[in-house]
Amino acid sequence: MNFRTAQIRLVSSHPEVYEPCDDSFALVDALLADRTNLVQHQPTLCMEVGCGSGYVITSLALILGKESVGAHFIATDINPHAVRVTQETLEAHGVHAELISTDIALGLEQRLAGSVDVMVVNPPYVPTPEDEVGCEGIVSAWAGGENGRVVIDRILPIADNLLSEKGWLYMVTLAANNPIQICRTMREKGYASRIVLQRSTEEESLHIIKFWRDSDI
Amino acid sequence: MRLLTHNMLASNIKGVTNGFPLRIEVEKAIEKQVDFNPEFLKNMFTKIHWKALVDASRIMGFAELPEEADSSMLESDDFLRNFHHALLELHLEEGALVCPETGRRFPVNKGIPNMLLHEDEV
Repeated sequence: MNFRTAQIRLVSSHPEVYEPCDDSFALVDALLADRTNLVQHQPTLCMEVGCGSGYVITSLALILGKESVGAHFIATDINPHAVRVTQETLEAHGVHAELISTDIALGLEQRLAGSVDVMVVNPPYVPTPEDEVGCEGIVSAWAGGENGRVVIDRILPIADNLLSEKGWLYMVTLAANNPIQICRTMREKGYASRIVLQRSTEEESLHIIKFWRDSDI
Repeated sequence: MRLLTHNMLASNIKGVTNGFPLRIEVEKAIEKQVDFNPEFLKNMFTKIHWKALVDASRIMGFAELPEEADSSMLESDDFLRNFHHALLELHLEEGALVCPETGRRFPVNKGIPNMLLHEDEV
């Protein structure tokens, strides 16, 4: 097996798990476009929060591939069906990630602090009624509450805690999430940012933002 | 679940002040071969809580790790091979991780720990 990214025909599925869609493809395309930098970055620990079908973490493991056999991958999801599907997707591609059913990084925050070199997040970013946030099953894959920001705003400080000094964060956002304001929030924590990919689909305008610590900020 | 993951997990129940390390209950342990990578092990060594790894590997039936370790041992191929085996090749497939303070069990099924909390634990 020698794939560049996860193959749709090998991605496992379940009725309660979000299937790879435009947002997943945009995130993986952004990682592919940054491939040279990622390989040079030589990450030791890589993590995905909200792994869903496993399309993104599998692709990241394939992108880093043999050139960094040293990288270790961890993925979490609040939906227990999703971590199982991710496990099947990883196995179908011959790569490994450690999976944990948890809310964002609950249980990992103490010991993994300052250790994650690459974090990827495709958060539930769709503006929805507040009471849909954190619902069980597939709704947890998209329900983002007011402006789609409720879960994003919980993830940002956790990402800041987990990222290493050289850590990078790639996150999917929607125009409705106010990505510029997200960048400003992260700037206050000492992060520079760049929109690495922008894509408009029939339904949404997606931005993939990359964050990294910048001592000049 | 690799023991590396066990080394990174703590109980996060409301009010728990010392939720690490989680006690391992083994129903089924398996071994999976992983490519040996000394650079990765050297990078990980400083992040690992050594005693937690030693105790966890013993519960999993592997008793080759020394009680104490320091970075000079990373020069030894034997040490690295044992560290590699304990950290990456021993998997808890079925069992539980138990909070040292409350006794709450976090189940591990098909190699995946479930750290989700109940509403009254958050």
